[in-house]
Amino acid sequence: MRTRNCFIKVAFALLVGALAVPAAGVSKGDALPTAIGAGEGQLAMVAWEGYLDKSWVKPFEQQTGCKVKAKYAGSSDEMVSLMRSGGGGQYDMVSASGDASLRLIYGGDVAETNVKLVKPWKDFHSAFKSPANNTVEGKHYGISLQFGPNLLLYNTAKEKKPTSWAALYDPANKGKITIPDNPIQIADAALYLSRTQPSLKIRDPYELDQKQFDAAIALLKKQRPLVKKYWVLASDQIDVFKNGGSTLGSSWPYQLSTLKAAKVPVAAVNPKEGVTGWLDTWMLSSKANHPNCAYMWWNYVSSPKVQAQQATFYGETPVNKKACKEMDKIAKGSCKEYSANAPDSYYRSIKFWKTPLADCGDSRGKVCMPYTKWVQAWTQVKG
Amino acid sequence: MAVDATALEPEGPRRNGALRSLSTLAWRRPWLKGLGQLVPSVLAFLLVYIAALAALLVSGFWRIDEFTSEIVREWGIDNFRTLWDDPTYRTIALRTVGLASAVTATCIVLAFPFALYLVRVASPRLRVILLVATVLPLWVSYLVRVYSWRLLLNPEGAINWALGGLHLPQQNILYTNWAMWVVYTYIWFPFMVLPVYAALERIPGSYLEASADLGARGRTTLRRVVLPLAMPGIAAGSIFTFSLTLGDYIAPGLVGGPSSQLIGNVVFANVGVANNVPFAAAFATVPLAIMAVYLLLMKRVGASENL
Repeated sequence: MRTRNCFIKVAFALLVGALAVPAAGVSKGDALPTAIGAGEGQLAMVAWEGYLDKSWVKPFEQQTGCKVKAKYAGSSDEMVSLMRSGGGGQYDMVSASGDASLRLIYGGDVAETNVKLVKPWKDFHSAFKSPANNTVEGKHYGISLQFGPNLLLYNTAKEKKPTSWAALYDPANKGKITIPDNPIQIADAALYLSRTQPSLKIRDPYELDQKQFDAAIALLKKQRPLVKKYWVLASDQIDVFKNGGSTLGSSWPYQLSTLKAAKVPVAAVNPKEGVTGWLDTWMLSSKANHPNCAYMWWNYVSSPKVQAQQATFYGETPVNKKACKEMDKIAKGSCKEYSANAPDSYYRSIKFWKTPLADCGDSRGKVCMPYTKWVQAWTQVKG
Repeated sequence: MAVDATALEPEGPRRNGALRSLSTLAWRRPWLKGLGQLVPSVLAFLLVYIAALAALLVSGFWRIDEFTSEIVREWGIDNFRTLWDDPTYRTIALRTVGLASAVTATCIVLAFPFALYLVRVASPRLRVILLVATVLPLWVSYLVRVYSWRLLLNPEGAINWALGGLHLPQQNILYTNWAMWVVYTYIWFPFMVLPVYAALERIPGSYLEASADLGARGRTTLRRVVLPLAMPGIAAGSIFTFSLTLGDYIAPGLVGGPSSQLIGNVVFANVGVANNVPFAAAFATVPLAIMAVYLLLMKRVGASENL
């Protein structure tokens, strides 16, 4: 009996010790580099699946001598925790989406970037030079990579062409609607409300105070009985559109082109209220061991040809203006299909994902709903 | 134990000093020997199971920083209060328990006659074939099995094709809770069949003969002899089906509908999407409590012998 008690005490002491170690998260206050030095021969990166395909990573390795070590993450959160794992410094770069990038910036996990050292940056559509999800107070934290808008997808044989997101909230469309299963979807409801209920004064769908947030949640709760499926993977939505009875849905260009290729009569519209979208950014760890290789990567991956390669490979839109021509070289018509040559006003109209924070970022102060509240509310919406 | 130590001297080459004195020590002090043998497994058990559970419970009382979403190690019961106050989580917990119970009940209803047939009626050859057929799906990936049901339940899938051929009304249950019920029943079915089969196989044929000699008809024998003796097996199987359903979070996303969230989905959303580990830990204690109650209930019907 005594020995057993002793074990428990030892184990407990170990446990308490393990839990008591505070999480390290201090950023180094390094000055911005003014020139790209010699490569360090290696680059460890956390990326979305498919973002480090051999077809464009191989030439990079040959050109620069920086060996790419890829770690694929399954979710934005995994990216955040990978960048923090082992006190940071294990990974040099991360392809963070807008719902993770601010968390990384405020957590001190990523470093400021000197955009002057990334030559193709000046060819970006101006909306992607300093977007709010990777630029804070004029400081750049990373280089924008690719984006995708959330479109209103519909079956042209069974539906009239919709012009407004209202189609997704109309009880007449019960059982036909597919919606992404993602808390950030609350912003779509807020965007719709910002036009239809001006009294709520929603200016930014990611900065919602209690009243605006409640209104968006109430709208989504009314939408729930109409929803056929909250899709997790793009392939789920494709499946339901093909033969699951869905004819209307919030979707991405990827689903549009895949369904078209499968001869399903679909089209997508930019509803008059505007659209939300996601934007990925290659960010540099604040404890990166191979910063020179990282700058080389930024230069490489932002160049028109690689931008076009990745865009056509993955079904997304490049941020470099010059990538349009290259896209048409790879797949004719793909530039237009993915809106890679749209006027800048179009890109500016897209409300890109960013992490909702308690600080509204305006005169209202810290009364906005942080992301954890969004996640819990999304659970309530789905019921 | 008055045995002469030299009499137990092993033959062959003598081992070197330290190891030998250690083994002598262990031999002289049997409790030390026992301790040495137990330490690794006990330590592993403590670290892997107990510590993990304790960490789970402890982190349930923490919260996360709303700005950086890093864990703040401050004590508080806010997570549990949210769970208690918000009707959504109650609905989800009840849905999970309800579904787990329905799946368990269906598995029992299907598995008992099947296992009885295997033990009492089927020829040895057929028995082996059927048992292998029951267990075979377990070799196939879970995802493949769920996806195959998506194909079957599809409005234009095999089931509706067959129903149409028989001039029966079409089903349209894909992306509803009914689909989850069907899929879970299918997936966990082997976990019910095997323990029930094992329990039924242990009933000697002479019991049934004795029951018949005493004037009981088939149904009475089934109710008063077979069923009570099979009860531990059924209970053991139900622990599997119940706990497996209770912990799953994949099927709701694949075949479930708009209101199909289970406890596992909420935990996953909070850990995987929001990094709100404390809240997820708090909610994870709910199935833990449910399972503890369930195990206590099952212990009373003697399930532990059949696990």
